[in-house]
Amino acid sequence: MTDISRRKLIVTGLAATAGVSAVGVAAHLAQKYGLVPPDHGGVYGPGETLTYASMRLLTKHSLAREFPRSQISKRPLANEIAPPSEEFKRFQAAKFVDWRLTVDGMVGRPTTFSVDQLKSYPSRSQITEVVCEEGWSYIAEWNGVPLSHILNLVGANPQAKYVFYFSIEPDWWESMDMADALHPQTFITYGMNGDELPVGYGGPLRMRLPRQLGYKSVKFLNRLIVTDDVKKFGKGLGSVSPEGGYAWYAGI
Amino acid sequence: MSTLPSAPVPLQAAVATSVPAAPLASITARHSVLVRVTHWVITLSFFALVVSGAEIVVSHPRFYWGETGNVLTDPWFKLPIPSSRNLVPTGYGYVLPDQNGWSRSLHFQTAWILVLTGLLYVVSGVVTAHFRKDLVPRKSDFSWRSVTSVVAHHLRFEPPTEAEALSYNVVQRLTYLFVIFILFPLVIWTGLAMSPAFDSAIPATVTLLGGRQSARTLHFLVSMALVAFLFVHVFLVWRAGFISRMRAMITGQTGTRKERT
Repeated sequence: MTDISRRKLIVTGLAATAGVSAVGVAAHLAQKYGLVPPDHGGVYGPGETLTYASMRLLTKHSLAREFPRSQISKRPLANEIAPPSEEFKRFQAAKFVDWRLTVDGMVGRPTTFSVDQLKSYPSRSQITEVVCEEGWSYIAEWNGVPLSHILNLVGANPQAKYVFYFSIEPDWWESMDMADALHPQTFITYGMNGDELPVGYGGPLRMRLPRQLGYKSVKFLNRLIVTDDVKKFGKGLGSVSPEGGYAWYAGI
Repeated sequence: MSTLPSAPVPLQAAVATSVPAAPLASITARHSVLVRVTHWVITLSFFALVVSGAEIVVSHPRFYWGETGNVLTDPWFKLPIPSSRNLVPTGYGYVLPDQNGWSRSLHFQTAWILVLTGLLYVVSGVVTAHFRKDLVPRKSDFSWRSVTSVVAHHLRFEPPTEAEALSYNVVQRLTYLFVIFILFPLVIWTGLAMSPAFDSAIPATVTLLGGRQSARTLHFLVSMALVAFLFVHVFLVWRAGFISRMRAMITGQTGTRKERT
């Protein structure tokens, strides 16, 4: 073995060790600072993780764009949904007076809210764009109560890392990290363009996260679970979307 | 015809008989390792981005101008293709399977690879003066005669001259600069403008383009321009001698000059 090749070998070995350690340290720090999404495994895990980590660092406190009233879409689109279940139709026939939103998990006071109760809290509105992953979009005014207000009311544990949220319709649930859960534009919406939230748009209650694509804004909301463990839900990928091949984090 | 069919000459032979008068640093060196590696990484990434991008477009093959647009509003233009969504009125009477899940993940992961590789290429191109020496047109290139002779040469579909095997003519230089510094930055910008999170951090990303739907439409059009460039690029590589040009971009060496004797 010549000197050159020995030196090359040592240098290459050191570089490789440094590289592996750097990746290890980066992974540890990323985990510590909440920069790793629940669907970080698999072929597309590196891309999902890079995107989520970058956006978390870049957009922790940024606000989604809001629009003037004149830009509210005259032709919004409700999108297609599966035919509502019999259970949903019964709630609808009774004008949703019996609809309940249950909040539990890592909270001091597990609570069940009626729609009227939610409406009694300080109401907020935002004129934001709904953006579908397919490419289309519309702007509407959304009225609701910030999720952070509800999390304060129920005494969410500061150790919690995620809020899982569920539709009354089967296999329709998502989760968001606390940066989004405590974000001032994350609403539990009950109104649209100054009226009741129409059923087509997710009424009586819809989660609204304007910094992520439309599929994170789950319709017919009836349950929230505050947690620090994604493994307890479904396949442990954070939501039903990654189980169907879609990214958990949809801020892109 | 007395001409023999052309056959590639072994590299050493070509090198030995093709010493140019021009003061070139090295006869055989054509493309640096970094240029070659980034070229092929970007080639593969580009294919993945085109395929996955096409799959995503199929879920809504309509394009709008401005901030918003959906199937209830008039498109600026639409593609005459079937869709993977029942929602889109295409007139075909059938719906293609939904491929958006893997397409989107592949699109974004590959975009990371392309952007990082592209950055490496651009930074090294500046540091090593590759752009200044090999891509920025020379002063003499801007003479009327120089430009017309290159254009006429192309229009007559003549094989490249000897000098062109080792360097780029003015049309090539301007085209590559346009692709590297206009089209690629534009396609990255318009892509980022479709991210609601990125727009929340830097709203000008999308407002400067005239809105989210304008950004999406521009992303599509710029991608089409890049695909058009790819076709012309591959056609001209084929015209110039596919084997020798591929050899130059893979091994870094060229031995083309005697190919046609």
